[in-house]
Amino acid sequence: MLTLYGTDFTSRLLLGTAQYPSPEGLKQAVEASGAEIVTVSLRRESARARTGQGFWGLIEELGCRVLPNTAGCRTAKEAIATANMARELFGTNWIKLEVIANDDTLQPDLFGLVEAAALLSAEGFEVLPYTTEDLSAAERLVAAGCTVLMPWAAPIGSARGLINKEALKTLRAYFPGIPLVIDAGIGTPSHAAEAMEMGYDAVLLNTAVAKAGDPVKMAAAFAKAVEAGRLAFEAGLIEPRDMASPSTPVAGTPFFKIDHAS
Amino acid sequence: MKILLNGEAFATDAKTLDELCARLGFAEAKIATAVNGNFVAAFQRSTTELARADEIEIVAPRQGG
Repeated sequence: MLTLYGTDFTSRLLLGTAQYPSPEGLKQAVEASGAEIVTVSLRRESARARTGQGFWGLIEELGCRVLPNTAGCRTAKEAIATANMARELFGTNWIKLEVIANDDTLQPDLFGLVEAAALLSAEGFEVLPYTTEDLSAAERLVAAGCTVLMPWAAPIGSARGLINKEALKTLRAYFPGIPLVIDAGIGTPSHAAEAMEMGYDAVLLNTAVAKAGDPVKMAAAFAKAVEAGRLAFEAGLIEPRDMASPSTPVAGTPFFKIDHAS
Repeated sequence: MKILLNGEAFATDAKTLDELCARLGFAEAKIATAVNGNFVAAFQRSTTELARADEIEIVAPRQGG
């Protein structure tokens, strides 16, 4: 069971709602993924197009818990204003806090992130920060009141998978009691499974499903991968070793002669 | 009076944020607002007076990752 800010979830896959070929495709992909949490954003609403009004109807139909983001915010101030608008709009204290440092990597600005996380936590928000694998930033975020951390695997939309595995292992080991969600950079189901095998609590992704040739099938593939990875973690993985170790019993091998063993 | 509405120049004689939202057809819409970078809650819109060159943001739910 995944527990985020006191709420339990069966699924360990969180899905973004952007970039799908159609609203119906989004709906089917969310269903196939089994996700119970979907991320959303807020954007300027045109009086003519009223795009957001229709989208809200679709989100309500999904019946998922909504996790609004502050995507595109460059400063703590922008993120705080956006978080407040999101709280009113979506009726949730949850916020996927993003403060972005630059356009090429969409790397979190850890300084602005910690600043915004502290202020928002003090205002009653339940902050799910999009961060890096940096340990000191993670410590500051926890001290700021975050009880969930969401480190990236790789830059958003890059599909490169876990590019800094050693640091992610350290982060996992360092915060045994904090739910850790891998957020961004996942390209394949095997990336997601690998994160889960390492003991990460959940995976949040969007592009890998939305931009797949068949998003619905890919959503199902990710659901299986996340479940398989989690089961493997719970089962306890064996340690890799340098040399072979026969799996078939050696005792009683036919034609065995002692000099074979030397 | 000229203001900046969602990043674009906009002329209005609305006195309050609430009035502006209503004139844009957002009276019953699912929107949230900010003025000059600060969040303005729905209940504060009717008492939020608009001034020349105010930067108004009106946002709504959208797809996100």
